[in-house]
Amino acid sequence: MSPTYSRREFLIGSAALAGGVAFGSYSLGVLATTPEPNNPLLTGLGPESATFNPWVKITPEGITLVTPHADVGQGVVAIQAALIAEEMDLELAQFDTDFGPPSPVYYNGGLVEEFAPFMATDLSPEAEAARAAALQWLKEQGMQMTGGSSTVPDSYTKLRVAGAVARETLKAAASKRTGIPVSELGTKAGAVLLPGGATIPYTALAAAAATLAPIEEVTLRDPSQWRLLGKTMQRLDVEAKCTGSLQFGIDLVMDGMVYAAVKLNPHKGAPMTGFNAGKAETMPGVQQIFPVTNGIAVVATNTWYAMKAAEAVECQWAEADYPSEQADHWAMVEATFTPDQADKIWRKDGDMEKALATAEVLEAEYRVPYAAHQPLEPLNAVALVRDDSVEVWTGHQIPQGVEQMAAALTGLQPEQATFYNQYSGGSFGHRLEFEHVRYAVEVANKMRGTPVKLTFSREEDFLQDFPRQIGMGRNRGAVKDGKIIAADFHIATTSAIRSMFGRMGMPSTDPDSQIPSGVWNMTYGIPNFRTTAYAVTGLSPTSSWRSVGAVTAGFIGESFIDELIHAAGQDPLQARIELCTVDYHRKVLEAVAKMADWDGPLGNGQGRGVAFVESFGVPVAEVIDVTATDKGIRIDKVWVAADVGGVLDPINFENQVQGGVVWGLGHAMNCELTYADGRVQQTNFHVHEGMRIHQCPPIEVMGLANGPKIRGIGEPPVPPAGPALANAIFAATGQRIREMPFNKFINFV
Amino acid sequence: MIQLTVNGKERQVDVVPDMPLLWVLRDELGITGPKYGCGIAQCGACTVTIDGLPVRSCQARIGLLEGAQVQTIEGMTTKPFRAVQQAWIEHQVPQCGYCQTGQIMQAAALLATTPNPTDDDINAAMAGNLCRCGTYARIRTAIHAAATQLSPTHSTES
Ligand code: FES
Ligand code: FES
Repeated sequence: MSPTYSRREFLIGSAALAGGVAFGSYSLGVLATTPEPNNPLLTGLGPESATFNPWVKITPEGITLVTPHADVGQGVVAIQAALIAEEMDLELAQFDTDFGPPSPVYYNGGLVEEFAPFMATDLSPEAEAARAAALQWLKEQGMQMTGGSSTVPDSYTKLRVAGAVARETLKAAASKRTGIPVSELGTKAGAVLLPGGATIPYTALAAAAATLAPIEEVTLRDPSQWRLLGKTMQRLDVEAKCTGSLQFGIDLVMDGMVYAAVKLNPHKGAPMTGFNAGKAETMPGVQQIFPVTNGIAVVATNTWYAMKAAEAVECQWAEADYPSEQADHWAMVEATFTPDQADKIWRKDGDMEKALATAEVLEAEYRVPYAAHQPLEPLNAVALVRDDSVEVWTGHQIPQGVEQMAAALTGLQPEQATFYNQYSGGSFGHRLEFEHVRYAVEVANKMRGTPVKLTFSREEDFLQDFPRQIGMGRNRGAVKDGKIIAADFHIATTSAIRSMFGRMGMPSTDPDSQIPSGVWNMTYGIPNFRTTAYAVTGLSPTSSWRSVGAVTAGFIGESFIDELIHAAGQDPLQARIELCTVDYHRKVLEAVAKMADWDGPLGNGQGRGVAFVESFGVPVAEVIDVTATDKGIRIDKVWVAADVGGVLDPINFENQVQGGVVWGLGHAMNCELTYADGRVQQTNFHVHEGMRIHQCPPIEVMGLANGPKIRGIGEPPVPPAGPALANAIFAATGQRIREMPFNKFINFV
Repeated sequence: MIQLTVNGKERQVDVVPDMPLLWVLRDELGITGPKYGCGIAQCGACTVTIDGLPVRSCQARIGLLEGAQVQTIEGMTTKPFRAVQQAWIEHQVPQCGYCQTGQIMQAAALLATTPNPTDDDINAAMAGNLCRCGTYARIRTAIHAAATQLSPTHSTES
């Protein structure tokens, strides 16, 4: 297979931006005009203080490590800090962390994999050259962004180097002060170690170190010497999250702050045609009611007063430009499967039509509905606008985007905008969007000088959520002499990536590699293999949802592969192992077989299923055991093997994998968003809950380290969960479920 | 004016009687451990105790709480609470953490009445506490660990 791509396609990030966004050659104004970003920590640095690079700052009072990737619960503050602390010889309690100011110097190089339109398993010189070009381009763009499970790939080398530079420069400062050669100095627990055992704390060396040029030639520690990485670490934010002292964005309070709520057109993107504040004006605590883009805002003395009054305002809404009824959404997906509407043929091995003509053809259609993000902390932001500045406090994954939007809405210059990132109560892709920023700033702009906290009610958050893509798969395949000889996948979904681009004023028509993600990159040696993606247009806006395209295509692909394996009369796991053409992928399948003690069917109303999906470069295999009880399907156990090329934080790794499985299963079983009358019908958790504890099985996790590159684990455990469960249900009951959510077709205990 | 005791301190609030305790705590009294997640008793993020019993504070109208004793996570000191909180930290339960103050309050209430919970007891008691990050496996482990700490004969088999 030799992928072809145009330069334009490459630049605009045809390949996927996963959990993320591509900013393409459209680059946002100010970002591209800062070719040589320097160290933003130099701003306001006191005379007794030192900074060696944008990640480390030392003052006489203490050490601050900057962790620019946003923490939405995936634990990246802790791992970024640990990478620096490892090389700096800091204990975990010896520093503070800070998200740092938005800056192009914090560009995310980890996105290269999603930018180069090659399979992650393709390490050919051509593919690697494309990745190197993509990295250079990302650097020039200076886009600081969290998403696409890319924090660890981005940070792995960069932050260890940052720590090592700090360490060596501090040693040089100690050498200068003591006259002892650097070669005789060591470092330990936040101090330089002198021969004989005396120590000088880093904080006491800050002033001296500040006068030296940072020592950039450093050697990184061999992993065998690591004290923190790869070992059990206490995640830095855990204690504060267990005492209630950790401050999320929604918890911020400022002097003189007022509280706001919005009521926006539930026909997403369409304007408000009129409103009548009526009795809301005189409701308790209400200070002001005024129109904002596509709706109204209420400002009050507390959030509850603001939400209650917003509910009471009567608004007239224009219709959206997508169909108002769900059936018509599906009809438009169905109508997209025509050759002229193909977004791209992503892979074409062998001769499909010839192969299908020589054997009996199996066909199956799959459906995956819209689903909501709905992290438990609803969208919120604090904003303060003055005549010469705009400040925003919230959790966000694209810091510069926040500043740009704040500036644009207030008519100020981007450099007059300041964003302070906050810990977020989840995201799952929701905090890549800008609605909370837009409305907090719009309201604050009308009340210059007064800080405003805007909180979306849960209902409003559901109504305004840009959901996961809706999509279908139409698959054909053929089996001959007990072998799969052909698999032909046609996948049509809305393009979440293009939808996001559009909202950021950057329309693109280039192929979106997220649509076939998890299918076109399958590593099964099926001689005739084709993947065609179709982008459905004219439907609801959609957005990146934890694992993006692979949750949809992975279900379509791995369920159908299971059908073909059964048609061939083979064992589902053994057959996958035999089909697999990539060593480190096969080892993942073998590992999960061993963990689950896989030995053919279970019988007795029990069933076991397997699914294997690679997304974000991470091959993940999941085995699920279920029992068909008289009350419905019970999930008994899940086993997961995943290869991220090396696990840096074992506890958090396990937690992320378990959480990803719960996310994948819960939504596959229980959740969809449907439109009626132009608005989503599900507006709170009683009708879209994901999974609760009573449905959650034990989940056993193994991380492998055979892969060639260090990868992130936030998203890859999600895609195999749905198909593994559907395949297990088939094994237990003979019922093949080809549509999410499964609870439309079968009961769960 | 409504008077109540929050975390041992007398507080007075001047709001309408049907305002939920959750928003009184968060916006009027500046106590942010209890979180807003759903507002309709579906997530448990807002869990506090009123007169010792766990309650969804988004459903408790302030007008009915004259003289009540309210404890939020910031003011909890009971033995089961301490054990639960410690187990939560040791087993590193939180991911985003937004649900966890409510989870801990609910788990402490479970152990106060059911010192030896089975997995079924845990499922029943914790089913109202939603975790969108999916930390349930660790929640179960941590509750068993806390139970064992409180009564060393506790069995983690269910
Ligand atoms: S906010 Fe009270 S239960 Fe969700
Ligand atoms: S830890 Fe994020 S919602 Fe529970």
